[in-house]
Amino acid sequence: MLEIKNLHASVEDKEILRGINLVVNPGEVHAIMGPNGSGKSTLASVIAGKEEFEVTQGSVSLDGEDLEDVAPEERAHKGVFLSFQYPVEIPGVSVTNFMKTAINESRKGRGLEDMPANEMLKLIREKSELLEIDRKFLSRSLNEGFSGGEKKRNEIFQMAMLAPKVAILDETDSGLDIDALRIVANGVNKLKSKDNAVIVITHYQRLLDYIVPDFVHVLHNGKIVKSGCKELAMELEEKGYDWIKQEAAV
Amino acid sequence: MRQADAVNRELFTENDKNMSLKEKLISSFMAFENNVDVDHPVHDVRTEAIKNFEAKGFPTKKEEAWKYTSLNSLQKVDFSIFPKQQNALEYKDVKKYFLHEIDSYKIVFIDGIYSSFLSETTHDGVDICLMSSALTKPMYKQIIDVYFNKVASKDESLTTLNTAFSREGAYIYIPKNKMPKKPVEIVHFATGNEAALMLQPRNLIIVEENAEVQIIERHQSLTSNEVLTNSVTEIFAAESAIVDYYKIQNDNATASLIDNTYINQKGKSNVNVHTFSFGGKLTRNNLNFFQNGEYMDSTMKGITILGEKQHVDHHTLVHHIEPNCESHQDYKGIYGENSTGVFNGKIIVDKIAQKTNAFQQNNNILISDKATINTKPQLEIFADDVKCSHGCTIGQLDEDAMFYLQSRGIPRREAQALLMYAFANNVLESVRIPELKTRINKLIAKKLGVNLGFDL
Repeated sequence: MLEIKNLHASVEDKEILRGINLVVNPGEVHAIMGPNGSGKSTLASVIAGKEEFEVTQGSVSLDGEDLEDVAPEERAHKGVFLSFQYPVEIPGVSVTNFMKTAINESRKGRGLEDMPANEMLKLIREKSELLEIDRKFLSRSLNEGFSGGEKKRNEIFQMAMLAPKVAILDETDSGLDIDALRIVANGVNKLKSKDNAVIVITHYQRLLDYIVPDFVHVLHNGKIVKSGCKELAMELEEKGYDWIKQEAAV
Repeated sequence: MRQADAVNRELFTENDKNMSLKEKLISSFMAFENNVDVDHPVHDVRTEAIKNFEAKGFPTKKEEAWKYTSLNSLQKVDFSIFPKQQNALEYKDVKKYFLHEIDSYKIVFIDGIYSSFLSETTHDGVDICLMSSALTKPMYKQIIDVYFNKVASKDESLTTLNTAFSREGAYIYIPKNKMPKKPVEIVHFATGNEAALMLQPRNLIIVEENAEVQIIERHQSLTSNEVLTNSVTEIFAAESAIVDYYKIQNDNATASLIDNTYINQKGKSNVNVHTFSFGGKLTRNNLNFFQNGEYMDSTMKGITILGEKQHVDHHTLVHHIEPNCESHQDYKGIYGENSTGVFNGKIIVDKIAQKTNAFQQNNNILISDKATINTKPQLEIFADDVKCSHGCTIGQLDEDAMFYLQSRGIPRREAQALLMYAFANNVLESVRIPELKTRINKLIAKKLGVNLGFDL
């Protein structure tokens, strides 16, 4: 479904991704781990289409279509979703109104009519219950004054609303206490199906106790230096990243 | 000889296209005198004022306060100083310019002439009526003696020009402990049924001790002919009075406004002025607060959203004269296309005005390479125990925020609008008439040119 081939990307002439290869099939959960500065968040942003990064070589394609010239919003319409490490605050726009705008713009992008109001309300109710989100929370300004946990829960709520094909969770576990982590992970697991895929980007193994990956990849210096199954994550947790760095240096 | 001169001048009035606007105004003053009571003490004030204007003339860009706003092209327009005929409007045709969702008192003028048909005034415990009555009827004489032209500048040339021609406008008097049942709308329509028109409304608002009033003011041109409004409003807020004043400036591309507002506040009073500048050819807001007392609060908020070749110049002045007072200024601007903006915020804290808290913020977004904004805080602080903060920013929209919205499927243009909306919106929090807040919300969305996908 998502295919990344020899992906090189730079920002201001500084190369951050140096040849990434990754294939994600429907129904799979991939974890991407790695030390700080290895390029994890850059990879997430490049997949979602952030223009600040220049793809200098290689490609990202979704269902066989090269995404090179596809704008971020169009990628979203095609089913790419990025849960942000640092969601942006938008004062004066409530979570509900933001979601309505996002859903209807996405539908417009796919040539569909606006979602009828009653259907929208039903969907909002259903998905907010899934993430144990309070009704009052939905009328607050988007991310404004939200705690770290609320922001992340709200990201997964948006994911639930938009029902993407490929969801990339960028450090979704950072800033979460154990209860919030459980709620978020439970939400992600309930949204999983044989038709969609999740890429979990994380520094720690903690989240992977709840969202169990089929594959674990270690990113170092802009390259995937090791891939394995979930045991690799535990090994990393135990031994840290130094041995990977040494292995990669050899 | 003098008499012949006067006759000549009058003959030329409104006819000689080569006459400068200043000359035309000065010669019109004599025609004006034929229609007012020259024996009334107010006329001495007018005569003094026209002399001042004659000496000073229109301000030029050489003056620091007018560095970025030129009145040159306006002075080339052949304005009628007095409307030649009385024009009528149907309520249904102008309903949208009123806050028709709620009931309100209305003081409405068409081409500078009071329209009793569109107005709803009152004398029931409060006076919400006409300046022309207040300036002529004996029952108001005492109040006029005390308040008229007492806070307005006696040497600022455009203010003195207005003073010289002061005859009509809104007069509002709220006695002690009173509050009118509903807000007051002051609306000036220009029909332009005859050529270009210059209007000079003069408002006087007196809110006595512990009284309260909400006022919405609007100038609306209904013509493509040029309109120039040079307005002066004097507001007196006594002890513990509350005044909410909302200025809606969403006029068309041939209408210009010079708004001079002077506010005299006494102890524990609270005066809030919101200025929504969404359109008009040239708009100059001179907003002046004088704090004559302790423990009071003055709030100035503004949202400016401009496009085309529109120009807005906000000049604020807060003079902290006594201790323990606060002032809050928050102006947000969004400038597109070839529009230009100015914010100049002056705060004076006198030596005895200790424990003053003065805040000033001016944030701007330029969404076009050709738009410009000049912003300047001017602080003159003579007391040593004060908190003053000021900040101004000029920027583009945050790209990280744009990416966030786009990644949720919201196209760039809509994402831009949503962010601008969010940027301007928090200024509205202090609007205390919910229907007005909704209305301004909608205006902002409309001004930003997009459907945000939800009802605001």
